[in-house]
Amino acid sequence: MSTRQQVLMLWLASSSLEGHVLGWSFFDGSSGAGPQLTADPPYGTGVDALRDGWRLMQMSPLNPPVPGHERETSFLKHEFVFERLVEI
Amino acid sequence: MVTPNLLTTDQMASFVARGFLRLEAVVPDDVNRQAIEELPGLFRAWLDEFRGASAKQQRDVHHTSDDESPLPRSGTPLQTAYAPDSPFGRMVRVPAISGAIASLVGANPVVDHHFVHIKTAGDLHAQGLHCDAIVDEGLAFDIQLFWFPHDVAPREGGTRFVPGSHLRRVNMDDVSRYQHLAGEEYFAGPAGTVVIFHQGLWHAGAPNHGSRDRVMGKLRLNPTVPQVRLWDTSDLAERNRADDHMFARTEPGLVAAELRRFERWYEPAVHRLETVQRARLWRYLTGDQRFDVDWYLTRTERRAALAPQ
Repeated sequence: MSTRQQVLMLWLASSSLEGHVLGWSFFDGSSGAGPQLTADPPYGTGVDALRDGWRLMQMSPLNPPVPGHERETSFLKHEFVFERLVEI
Repeated sequence: MVTPNLLTTDQMASFVARGFLRLEAVVPDDVNRQAIEELPGLFRAWLDEFRGASAKQQRDVHHTSDDESPLPRSGTPLQTAYAPDSPFGRMVRVPAISGAIASLVGANPVVDHHFVHIKTAGDLHAQGLHCDAIVDEGLAFDIQLFWFPHDVAPREGGTRFVPGSHLRRVNMDDVSRYQHLAGEEYFAGPAGTVVIFHQGLWHAGAPNHGSRDRVMGKLRLNPTVPQVRLWDTSDLAERNRADDHMFARTEPGLVAAELRRFERWYEPAVHRLETVQRARLWRYLTGDQRFDVDWYLTRTERRAALAPQ
């Protein structure tokens, strides 16, 4: 048996983990040997992912707008990165 | 060129809001058949060069396709870029296509580049999400025609794209980490469909689970004139109000109604900023610097006029 990391990225509707899921990505260090995501989207909110055992690793900081660029849009703002370790 | 069928105000507003316009099965079957026969050869010649084929082949592919039609250099006027009997030459002369081109980038754009994308049957690689070129400054925009000359069924390699992503300032594949976004689309549709993208629209080549190669011809065009009121504007004046917001109600049928369209992957707070970006683009397209959606630009401009920085 060895341990592998699975990473789940969620983009939420607000800066709160209770925000609903707008987008998601899954990167699987187990190459398919570990449990997979089944629903589409996999969770309704960030808190739902916590309840299913995912550990939060990182969330987007809340940066004030850059002066002169307050109205520009770019990447999705509220990114949450989770991990879980699986045995294969 | 044949007299074009100009776009409507509704189509233009939808393009501004969503970043694409879908023209369903507008290219005739015989033109599509010619494309299916000739375009893959163009792709293979490029692939041979890419893989280091002979010097003669490399020279040839710079100047001719399989049917000996010249390949235009960047900056070639569209009117003269393609032989009238070549696949791309025939496609851009279809009235629905020439009308859309004239409406969006004027009747005399220049060719930026074109390419043939083939997603072979069983190729399950999902390309990373990206926009083409780099971060493009300013309101003026290019268009990209995605021409699907044969039927594309769901899951058979139709291009993935994200409605409403075109005005977000990102560079190329910096958005490739987004594997799934709510409301994204994968092209599927009948032969002869052309989807016109704003240059900034996020898209990606999609897996082809089908049994036939998927062929797609892509053509990017640059405007050479200000893109102001180039479409059929006969109904614009009555629908271009900036003051349609009354006691938390809005007036249907106006341009603003389309420009406040929500996409499922938008954060609610960012949706308001997207609305501002769309209003700025609509001001450019109409020449109406008083146009607004939900008063976002107007109120700040009026305040700024009172207390200049």
